[in-house]
Amino acid sequence: MSAVTTTARPAARAGRGGSLGWMTVPALVFFVGFAVIPLLGVLALSFAQWDGLGEIGLAGFGNWAAILADPGLPHALWITFLVMAVSWAVQTPASILMGTFLASHHRYRAVLSVVFFIPLLLSSAALAITYKALLDPNFGLGAGLGIPILVQDWLGDPVLAFGVVIFVVSWQYIPFHSLIYQGGVRQIPRSMYEAAELDGAGRVRRFFSITLPQLKYTIITSSTLMVVGSLTLFDLIFVLTAGGPGDATRVLALDMYKRGFQANLMGPASVIAVILVFFGLALSLLLRRLGGRDSGHSQLEGA
Amino acid sequence: MTTVPTEAPGRAATTPVDPRHRRKVTRTRERPNWLAGLTSVLWLAIVIVPIYWIVITSFKSQSNYYLENPFAPPAEPTLANYRLVIESDFVQYFINSVIATLGAVIPAVVVSFMAAYAIVRGRRSRVLRWTNSLFLMGLAIPLQATVIPIYLIIIQLGLYDSLMALILPSIAFSIPLSVLVLSNFIRDVPKELFDSMRIDGATEGEMLWRLAFPLTRPAVVTVTIYNSLQIWNGFLLPLILTQSPDKRTLPLALWSFQGQYSINVPAVLASVVLTTLPILILYVVGRRQLLSGLTVGFGK
Repeated sequence: MSAVTTTARPAARAGRGGSLGWMTVPALVFFVGFAVIPLLGVLALSFAQWDGLGEIGLAGFGNWAAILADPGLPHALWITFLVMAVSWAVQTPASILMGTFLASHHRYRAVLSVVFFIPLLLSSAALAITYKALLDPNFGLGAGLGIPILVQDWLGDPVLAFGVVIFVVSWQYIPFHSLIYQGGVRQIPRSMYEAAELDGAGRVRRFFSITLPQLKYTIITSSTLMVVGSLTLFDLIFVLTAGGPGDATRVLALDMYKRGFQANLMGPASVIAVILVFFGLALSLLLRRLGGRDSGHSQLEGA
Repeated sequence: MTTVPTEAPGRAATTPVDPRHRRKVTRTRERPNWLAGLTSVLWLAIVIVPIYWIVITSFKSQSNYYLENPFAPPAEPTLANYRLVIESDFVQYFINSVIATLGAVIPAVVVSFMAAYAIVRGRRSRVLRWTNSLFLMGLAIPLQATVIPIYLIIIQLGLYDSLMALILPSIAFSIPLSVLVLSNFIRDVPKELFDSMRIDGATEGEMLWRLAFPLTRPAVVTVTIYNSLQIWNGFLLPLILTQSPDKRTLPLALWSFQGQYSINVPAVLASVVLTTLPILILYVVGRRQLLSGLTVGFGK
């Protein structure tokens, strides 16, 4: 994330502030207590045996051996990857297009934005419940309209259910990413477009030669949020399909919950959690590397 | 397209461009971008249709729901669904959500502001730098993956099935982004202002409260909004850390209500409308603040 790199330079204008370290203590206490210790704890628990209620015992590498040999793991990894990749491929082009549109058309924007951003306000639970009702083959919209093609067992068929998950995720997050892209487009210096226009570049050419390259860091930020966010996509899938039908939408986060809090196997569930943390960190680091280190400087040359 | 010679004369004289190009300069800015416009209109329809359906259906009676055209407004509007929702203890769930959200957001913003102030203004030290990196690391970690140890800690603290169980981890999860955004804004406060206050004999506490805080108020507001929405809509923590019905927050209450009345579609949709209403009112009141709060820290 580009915003992250800006703070990596510590306190450029500090120096005479005196000893203010104590001011970080309250935040540190909360963060260490309920984020850092749990993070280490999840690693510890992955070697433990615990049903969520009774005593915690040692399991050694048993949990890891069991999970790594479990065919459910590659399946959950594959579904998580599919959700990540497909929802990225759906959301990114749409968000870039709409972000560009919103950034340049203020008049339409005022009208559009009243409803445009409402999906951002709904909780995932509310959204999932709505779509569940809407898609119900007996009581939903399709049945009411009497249009046969809409009367499908949307959440009962593995392929359809996966498609519904992607659709609802996109419905929820496209406005958010459009907002990010809108901000990115606004920061592109007008002089670049004017220069390109003088050189005779058409709209499509300007989009691919100026807008897209200039949005590089915005794309990385937005993609990081999408990718890391899709790892933890729990609420929506849990309420919408509960991982079903069968295991068709059982992503890693759901797998963790089901093993831990429904099957009462906290040890194996912690193994899944560690894998989740690992992929989250790896993906953010990878995407940051793609962005390069000196974000925001060379990009504006010649503007 | 015709050539419209509307360019400023000075510019036309200094930049010798052939007429074909000049025409493009004057015309392209006016021509609508059809592809993006069409996508936006299509998207608008995709957003509006379900929302329209939710709202009108929530006013239909269960028996009429099957008889009427789903897109027709209710012939006999009824508030019965809303009555059913409110009678199902939704006032209690609403109060729980308010307590959990305010109880977490206010301390989260206060401690994050203090930490951000120290990180920006404090003497360069390894401890502060290390603290800052620790918070930044929190941004890259899917914190939901830590719920199992959090569950264990909450049980050990004897807080299971209480609103405090939701508040404590929510504070921790809010800190990384809040510190990042607030420190970016505190860094933008001119150093001279701090210096002149110091000459007047102000302490660090006074500078934080009377200088840094008022000047970064927009950032504080947006961070507050962002965190409030996250916690208000949160589902996983209440699901794992509470049990009894009287401790439910709204998203969890919605879920169990739907489990109970899944066949009564209008009532389920009324519960969705009712729980979204408070945020919708906020949205109408402060749309700009809310939208900037949502993309806080990501726009840079």
